[in-house]
This record gives sequence, structure tokens and C-alpha cells, in this order.
Amino acid sequence: MLFDWAFFWHYLLQPSKIYLNGLMLTLCVSVIAQGVGTVVGLFGALAGSSRLKFLRFVVGFYVWVMRGTPLLVQIVFIYTGLAAANIFRFEDIDLGFLTLPGNIQAGILALTLNEGAYMAEIIRAGISSVGIGQTEAAKSLGMTYWLYMRRIILPQAARVIIPPLGNEFNSMLKNTTLLSVIGVPELLLATQMVTSATFRVFELYLVVACYFLSLTTLWSFVQRYLERRYGDQKSQVGLAKQSSGFSRLVGLGNSSESK
Amino acid sequence: MSNDSPIIVTAERVEKSFGPLAVLKGIDLTVRKGEVVVIVGASGSGKTTFIRCINHLEKIDKGVIKVNGHLIGYREKNGKLVEDRERNIAQQRREIGMVFQQFNLFPHLTALGNIIEAPIHVRGDNRDEAIRTGRALLARVGLAEKENVYPAQLSGGQQQRVAIARALAMRPALMLFDEPTSALDPEMIGEVLEVMKELARDGMTMIVVTHEMGFAREVAHRVIMMHGGWIVEDAPPKQFFNHPQHERTKAFLSRVVTHGP
Repeated sequence: MLFDWAFFWHYLLQPSKIYLNGLMLTLCVSVIAQGVGTVVGLFGALAGSSRLKFLRFVVGFYVWVMRGTPLLVQIVFIYTGLAAANIFRFEDIDLGFLTLPGNIQAGILALTLNEGAYMAEIIRAGISSVGIGQTEAAKSLGMTYWLYMRRIILPQAARVIIPPLGNEFNSMLKNTTLLSVIGVPELLLATQMVTSATFRVFELYLVVACYFLSLTTLWSFVQRYLERRYGDQKSQVGLAKQSSGFSRLVGLGNSSESK
Repeated sequence: MSNDSPIIVTAERVEKSFGPLAVLKGIDLTVRKGEVVVIVGASGSGKTTFIRCINHLEKIDKGVIKVNGHLIGYREKNGKLVEDRERNIAQQRREIGMVFQQFNLFPHLTALGNIIEAPIHVRGDNRDEAIRTGRALLARVGLAEKENVYPAQLSGGQQQRVAIARALAMRPALMLFDEPTSALDPEMIGEVLEVMKELARDGMTMIVVTHEMGFAREVAHRVIMMHGGWIVEDAPPKQFFNHPQHERTKAFLSRVVTHGP
């Protein structure tokens, strides 16, 4: 079977509705799961450094399970497993303007819980990168826990959290393809549906690869902006020289930065 | 300041251990309004631990500490002392300023930002008012032109002066200084001590842990020698330096180098 370039360009440049819907779904699911997962991770990180042993244990167990099992297994377990065991069945929810199918809810939940575990570790590392002296200074000024976390510790921890957070979202975009196994019509499943009708597997998988590459490329620009905005300490004398967009994009380290 | 000035700090039978190591074995101390008390002693004598107990950065195991009549860190419940709620502890700390050896300025905020942070977010001051007061404080520590500069761009001495201004912004009744010049290059010690002297002259109640014997001699009303978790000597500077009573004080004074004027 020869590679049909015309077919490839056609699907790449004039995507059918099913593709665009898949793209939208991939984006929405990623953003929601990353957003909520980051919040879950924040509370996980705070609870994980709590004085209460029980809370620390719960967080430790959660992170251990989520990081120690395959995401694909978690997705199938939450959607199919829970239903098969008669524990919980995800039903479609009618939001009025749209219906949210059960498998999408389960998919978002699985990605969120998985992401929360990774973010908990990332945020914990970020918080512990801020010296104890900062907490003591804040306390000595009469600040309470939530106030100094919000105003003093987390803004400084962000410098350490933002770069891996960007990488997490990059992974998240691609991990949404795993939801195809529970029938969520995101980009990959949309592609599979078209291939089963056209038998043009290589062309269409190349199209889907290009789509993901565009998404992750766009994200890398956002990431760069975020890192410059929050990652760099304004307080540092002499801002680190920014690597050029292209070298950043293809992962070439700027020699002045790599040391 | 005289003997009928109101009492700002009382410590009674304060004990504190880190695991098996007893650091404070029974500290009694009274500090009156306007007094400058300098605590000296070898490292490991418990002096830093003691002043960290005064604003409850360290929990005490036994005894009581009161500042301005408020029990610090604990409240009485059925005749026993239990650790207070975080909110109340934070409330008590507002009236106790603290200056740290390592400055501990907030690196993500400018000099002025460091100073106005607590007045705005802890006390709920109006922002414009906080900025006005903050600028006045910066001027008072001689850094009026540095308000928009971040801590990393300031010298150690300048950082410590901003840290003093930051603590003063909460209008504390008591200032604690934990070896404020120990992390500084020698040429910057003077500028920080100068600000502290000015503060003492203005009548601030201060407890200062330091190795600066010149400062103790010149500014302190009382000098306290700590050794092995006890206060072994508590005397006016003249008597402390010229006629020390305790063997430990004599030995300590013979070892330390006297800096300053």
C-alpha cells in the first residue's frame, strides 16, 4: 500500500467534523484534568506535610498507588471495573446545553486522580525548596498558615513548580489518547473511526501525530511565557538569558544555561 | 526607664529540651518597657533558643512566658497549659518583632514590599497608609532610595536594615534580635548596629542576642550571661564587664574579642 499524500494533506488541512470534535475534547479534557489535578496535588502536598500522621499516611498511600500502576489500568478500572463490581456506574449527566457522557466523566476523573499524585510530589518538592527561614519570618510577623502559604511560600515555590508543571501538561495532552479504550471520542479514537472507514491507517495516524505536535508546540510557547513570568525570580541579579524559541522547541540547551 | 516601668516580658522557670538534650533548664527573666537586654554566652548556651521561645518559634516544655501580659503560645485550660490556637499565637506575635541572623527577607518582594506585606495582610491596613509608613521606615534605616529593589540586589547590611524596618512596621512592643550581625561582613556590622542603637535611644524594648560586646557595653541596660541552659549573670554593663561575679562570665569575657567603639 502506497502512502497517499493527497489523502494525508486533505485530512490534515480540511479535517472532518469528527476530527475537530476530537481535538476539542482532547483539549477540554486535558485542561480540566490538569487544572483540577493541580488543585488535588496542592492539597495533597499540604496534607502530606501535615502534622497529622493519618493525613500523611492517606496522601502517601494515594501517591504510591497512583504512581505505581499504569494510567491505562486506572482508566479501565475507574470506568469499567467499578461498574462491573457494582460499586459505581458513571451515568450520562444532562447539563442542559450538553450531555456529559459517563465515559468522559470517568476519563477526566482518572486523569485528574493520576495527575494529582504527580502534582502532589512536584508541589511538595517546590514547597520544601523554600527555606524554613521564610516560614519563620512570616510567622514572626503574625501570619497564619494559609496566609503565609499563599503570600510567601507558594509564590517562591512556583519557581520550582512551573517547569515540571509545563511538562506534566505536555504529557497530559498525549495521555488523553488512553481514553480511547473506554470509548471517549478524543483525537485518537476519532482517527480510528475514520481509518476503519477508509483503511488509510498511516496517513491518518500521521495526521493525528501532526495534530498532537501542533498542540504540544503551542503549549511550549505558553510554557515559555509562564516560566519567564513566574519561574524567573525578578529578584535575581541579572536575568538568565533566554534561549531562542527554536532551540527551546527542539530541546537544544543554550550553552550558557546548561551549566 | 525605671523600676516602675511596665513589665513587657516575664519568663518563669522556662525549660526546653531537644530530645534528650536539655537546652533551657529554668530561665527566669523580667524585661521592662524601654529596656535593652543583651544576652551573651558561648554557642550552645541556649541564648538563641530562649529568644525563639519568646515568640513561640520554639515550644517550651515547662514554665511560662508572658509578653505584655499575654501568655505566649499557651492558654490555660482546667488549670493546665495547652498549646494555643494558631490564630491566637499569630495574634500574639504581632506585638513581637523579630530580626534573624540570616535576615530572611522575602526574596520575591521588593524592599518596600517586604515592609508593607504584614501591615496590609495581617493587620488589614489601608495600602496607601502602609506604603507611607513603609517609606518612612525605609528612610529611618537609611534606605529610602532602595524601595523598589529586591533583596538579592542589596548588601547583607542593607538586607538586615530592611528586615529591621519590616519588623518595626508591625509596631511591636518588643523587638527580638537573634545574632543580627553574625552573618555580616565586618564592614557592614556598624551600619546595622547604628540602626539598633537609634532604636534603643527611641525607647524600644529590645532583647538582643549578640557577640558584639561593644554594643552591649554602650547600649544595653542589662547584660545577661547564659551558660548551660541557665542565666548565670544579669548585671548592668559596667558591672558585667568590669566586675563579673560568676566564674563562667570571667572565663567568657577573657576569651571574647571586643569590637566596636
